[in-house]
Amino acid sequence: MQTIISSRTRSVIVGPDEPFIIIGERINPTNRKVLAAQMREMDMTRTVQDALAQVEAGAHVLDVNAGVPDGDEPAIMAVAVRAIQAVSDVPLCLDSSVVDALRAGLEVYQGKALVNSVTGENERLEKVLPLVRKYDATVIGIANDETGVSMEPEVRLAVARKIVERAADHGIPRENVLIDPLCMTVGADHKAAVVFFETLRLVRRDLGVNTVCGASNVSFGLPERPGINAAFLAMAMHGGLTAAITNPLEPILMTSMRAGNLLLGHDEYAMGWIRAYRQRPAQPA
Amino acid sequence: MPNREEILKGLYDHTIPGHAPQVKDLTQTGIDMGLDPKDMLYGAQGMGLIPALREVGARFERGEYFVPEMLIAARAMQGAMSLLRPLLAKQGTKPVGTIVMLTVKGDMHDIGKNLCDMMLEGAGFRVIDLGVNTSPEKMLAAVQEHNPQIVGFSAFLTTTMPMFKVNIATLEKAGLRDTVKVMVGGAPVTEEYAKKAGADGYAPDASATVRKAKALLGIKDEEISENSQALADAVAILDATMQKIGEAEAAVNSQS
Repeated sequence: MQTIISSRTRSVIVGPDEPFIIIGERINPTNRKVLAAQMREMDMTRTVQDALAQVEAGAHVLDVNAGVPDGDEPAIMAVAVRAIQAVSDVPLCLDSSVVDALRAGLEVYQGKALVNSVTGENERLEKVLPLVRKYDATVIGIANDETGVSMEPEVRLAVARKIVERAADHGIPRENVLIDPLCMTVGADHKAAVVFFETLRLVRRDLGVNTVCGASNVSFGLPERPGINAAFLAMAMHGGLTAAITNPLEPILMTSMRAGNLLLGHDEYAMGWIRAYRQRPAQPA
Repeated sequence: MPNREEILKGLYDHTIPGHAPQVKDLTQTGIDMGLDPKDMLYGAQGMGLIPALREVGARFERGEYFVPEMLIAARAMQGAMSLLRPLLAKQGTKPVGTIVMLTVKGDMHDIGKNLCDMMLEGAGFRVIDLGVNTSPEKMLAAVQEHNPQIVGFSAFLTTTMPMFKVNIATLEKAGLRDTVKVMVGGAPVTEEYAKKAGADGYAPDASATVRKAKALLGIKDEEISENSQALADAVAILDATMQKIGEAEAAVNSQS
C-alpha cells in the first residue's frame, strides 16, 4: 500500500516497500522561545530557517505546528504554510488539534497534505475527517480514544480499525490514513515500546495500512537519548513502520534510518548509504 | 525488633533506590512500634521519607539520577503514605484543605501533576486525583461530590491549554465558580495565560503549587507543619528537575 503526500512539485511515497520517511518535527513553538515569539508576531524568519535546516539534514516531510499560547493559531498556520512553501518543495504535515487551524492550513496548502492528526474520539473524527476529504489530504490516526491510551495492543488495534473504517465512511481511502500505534516513554514504563511493537504488528497484519509515530518521546527522562531513539527507529523499521516524526538534526538518528533502509533492502547497491558517507561533515582531527 | 533509628535509616536507605515493599514493611513496623508518623514522614536526624526524597531530587539535579529512578522513589514513598495518611489524619493534623486535581481533556501527561499531588499531600492537603484526559463533566461531578476548596487543572500541550477556559465555563454554568478556587499549571502554561483563562492561581512547579494553594486559602506555612521547611526544600529540588523534564519533553513533543 502506498500513501502519497505531495507539494505542488514534489511527491513523497510512504509504504512498506519504500525507503523510510522522516517527518521533521522542529517547527513547533512549544518551549521554543524565539520561534514562539516570532510566530506570535507572524514573523516567519525562524520557521523558514528551521524548515531549510531540516530539509538539508534529510527530512522528507516537515511537520508544522503553530500552537503558540495566546496566538491566533489558524492565522499563524496559514502564514507559516505559505512561507515554507515559498522556499521549499517538501510536502508538509499540518499539526494541530484545533480544527480551524487545520482548515486554515489546508486552505492555503498547495498539494496533498498530511493532517496531524485525528484520534478515535467520535467528536474528533466527525470534525477532522470531512476536512481531510474536502482537501483530498492524508491523515494520521492516533490509536487512542475517549478512554485514553490503552496499554493493550488489541485495544489500540480496535481504535485504529475504527479510524480507518470511519475514514472510509467519509470517502477517504485507506491508503490516505497513516496509523500511529503510539509509543510512550520507556522512562515511565519499561514495557511501553513492547506495547508499541505489538500494536504495530497487529495494525500491519489486520489493517495493512501505513504507519507513523513520534520517535523522540520513547527515551524521555533517560540519559543518552539519541542512542535509544536510534535503536528504536531501526527496530520499528524492521517491524514495518513506514514513517517517523522526529528530529532530523540528530545525526545518529539519520544514520540509523539510512542503515535501516540498507538492511531492509530499500537502498539499491547501498548508494544512499555511500552518498551520505561522502557528504558527511569533516571529522575533527 | 529494630529501634527507632534503624527504622528511620531504613526508610531513608530504601526510599532512595525505590524499594517499595521494604519501605512499606518498615513503615508498618514503625507504626507497630508506636513511632510518630510525623517523624517517619518528615524525618529526624536527616533520616526518613522526605529527606530521602530530597536526596533523590538532589541526585537528579546533579544528573546522577533519571526519571524512572524518581518515579520509583516517589512510588515507594506513596506506599508509605497510604499507611501514614490515616494516622496523620487521626493525630489531629486535619487536612488543611481539599483539592481536586486533573489533567485536562485531550491530554495524557501526568508526571508533573502526580508530583504536585504528592507535594500537596505532604503539605497536609486531601488530594482527589481524577487522572488524565478528564472531561469537564467529570470535573464538575467531582467538584459537586467532594466540595473542594481548590480545583487544579494541568495541561502539557499548547493545544490542550484552552480546556482551562472550557472547564472554568463549566463551573460557571453550574453556578459553582464562586465556591472553588481554580489553579492551573503545566509546562507551556504561563502566569499571563492563566490570568487570561480566568484562573485564580498559577504555579510553574510543584513547590509553587503548594505555596499558591496555601496562599489561596489564606494559610500560613507554620500552621501546617513545623517541618514544612524540610518539605519545601525537598520539593524545590524536585521542582527544578521536573521543570527541566518539562522543557525537554515539550521540546521533542511533536504530536498531540
